[in-house]
Amino acid sequence: MSIRVGKTSKAPDFPVAAKTALQNVQLRQNVHHAADVIRNKRALRVSETPDWQELRNAAHDIKAHTLAHLDHYLVDFERNCQNAGGTVHWARDADEANAIAIGLIQQYGGDEVIKVKTMTSDEIQMNPALQAAGITPHETDLADMIVQLGEDEPSHIVVPALHKNRFEIRDIFCKKMALSNLTAEPEALANAARQYLRDRFLHVKIGISGANFAIAETGSVCVVESEGNGRMCVTLPEVLITLIGIEKIIPSFQDLEVFLQLLPRSATGERMNPYNSLWAGVHAGDGPKAFHVILLDNGRTKLMHSEMERETLDCIRCGACLNACPVYRETGGHAYGSIYSGPIGAILSPQLNSLEYSRSLPYASSLCGACYEVCPVKINIPEILIHLRGRVVHDDQKTLSGTLSQMNLAMKGAALVFGSRRRYEAAQRLGRMGQMLFQHNGQLEHLPGMAGGWTRFRDLRPLPKQSFRDWWKAREAAKPATESETR
Amino acid sequence: MTPTLTAREEILARIRAALPSDRGHEAADISRTYTRAGNLNREACLNLLLDRLADYESEILHVAEESGLPAAIAQALDNAHEQRVLVDAAFPADWLPQGFDIIVDNELSIQAMNGIPAVITTCEAAAASTGTIFLVHHGAQGRRAITLLPDHHICLLHRAQVYELIPQALAAISAHRAESITTISGPSATSDIEMTRIRGVHGPRRLTVILYGGI
Repeated sequence: MSIRVGKTSKAPDFPVAAKTALQNVQLRQNVHHAADVIRNKRALRVSETPDWQELRNAAHDIKAHTLAHLDHYLVDFERNCQNAGGTVHWARDADEANAIAIGLIQQYGGDEVIKVKTMTSDEIQMNPALQAAGITPHETDLADMIVQLGEDEPSHIVVPALHKNRFEIRDIFCKKMALSNLTAEPEALANAARQYLRDRFLHVKIGISGANFAIAETGSVCVVESEGNGRMCVTLPEVLITLIGIEKIIPSFQDLEVFLQLLPRSATGERMNPYNSLWAGVHAGDGPKAFHVILLDNGRTKLMHSEMERETLDCIRCGACLNACPVYRETGGHAYGSIYSGPIGAILSPQLNSLEYSRSLPYASSLCGACYEVCPVKINIPEILIHLRGRVVHDDQKTLSGTLSQMNLAMKGAALVFGSRRRYEAAQRLGRMGQMLFQHNGQLEHLPGMAGGWTRFRDLRPLPKQSFRDWWKAREAAKPATESETR
Repeated sequence: MTPTLTAREEILARIRAALPSDRGHEAADISRTYTRAGNLNREACLNLLLDRLADYESEILHVAEESGLPAAIAQALDNAHEQRVLVDAAFPADWLPQGFDIIVDNELSIQAMNGIPAVITTCEAAAASTGTIFLVHHGAQGRRAITLLPDHHICLLHRAQVYELIPQALAAISAHRAESITTISGPSATSDIEMTRIRGVHGPRRLTVILYGGI
């Protein structure tokens, strides 16, 4: 058994990784710029879509319904895909999916593959697995190429290289494509990618794709893209292998009318992305002669038990929550440790893997709710973050060191104090006396212990001499008796 | 001892164990209160399409009758300085202009197709609200590769094929839902470099839409 969500078996501690990221000024500038551009374009497209909220509600309903009957729809998809000439494989985890893909590539005698952007393949670390088996993967999405050639990691779900600017990209291309006089104009860089890949599109016999949607009713797969590399990968090779997370199923062709309106507007701020490809199995005289689907679990079924956790699987990978998140916008994607970053990554990675994978990711949020507001399928990310924090705390409380930790004792103490009026008022009095020791210029500038984390960067106003309760009592006492009776 | 389960059996068992056992398979209760029928008249609908196509930097040519198609196609090719053009075998011969090298896709290899600069096809439908053209790859729409490898796609769109909204256009092509379908919204593009939209990466860098026929 090996469930994996990216390169490492454990994410780094988020606050530590975030600090490193925050020191990289270039990265922060690049991320700010890209996130701002998409965010503003998205807002414009949403504002011109009067039925946006109704579309979100429908998408939420479709996903909830599908997941509540996932066994049924998976079997439907399998049957219809096979009737159309496809072959369906099932994989419990990352290793099993990679083994199936490698087995198929070897069966067809291939030693290289062209790939269209699939986050799921990054999730299971398919490229290193292929390379270990002597197979060369060629990423064909421009951003994925930048990441692959730069020996980097994706930092965004939709725009994986958004942390690189044009000059950094030019340098990577010059080095890896052996070009000497490439300019940093985006057109020139895109053209270099076109030249570099065209021959591979024409000659590599095996393609690998992911899926944005898999339609149970028809057994079709839908790939959403912009550059045409997706169309190349699913049309030109003789063999196509498509890796699909089991949550990507939608019941019917008609359901596309909802998702194809939500996804491009949320992901890139376009009314529609340049290309969508749909195919079912093998089409005589058109496209690959063999088609294989790998249906992947890799931890997804662990989220099926609770309705709240299951909602995480509604995600259509648009990345809108990343662009909206005040934390992601500062740290970029790498600090999250897995290939799924931002708010959705903070809830997805620890659930697919385990809380052991990262106990700090559920805290990588200010809980401002911006992610929920922009989510096209209405995943209540803040609620799930709080739920996961609860799981982390309950886990911690099971250990002695967790029970005796400063945070646990402070929270237990707070619960005790807030539980009774007498204790609360006594604590206020105690606080007013205690704070005298730390007051300076009418502010609390340096508090001891855990509270010092707050005052390291900001002053705290002291507790006022008169509490609200005291003020209220005094006010009531000062009122003429008749007035309060007539009320 | 439990017998060894296949991956399929195990994944389905995990799902069934997680979900209530008495759920049955009730019909989907989906609130489809979003707009599924447009409210623009034909002229406004066509104008909306033109606006969207122009926004994607597509070239648009207008023809009143079918008899005007050869001249419009010739113009599209001339504008791009192209001489050789690919068509499917089902493409109507009397729509083709004189004076160009017409290459018919008789099971051409993709390598042979690669050097041809332009392709002319028909399409199945279009959605005005998003400027999207739908191909179902039947007849003169050709197989998928022919509209992918040439750098210039000239697409003939009958005005009666234009629907206002995505739900309407998808409903119009739904008889083909189990076949291969490609939707095209402007030329190939990317925003992967600093979110600057660049026209043309791997797919056709030039898209010409020729609108013809009466409303």
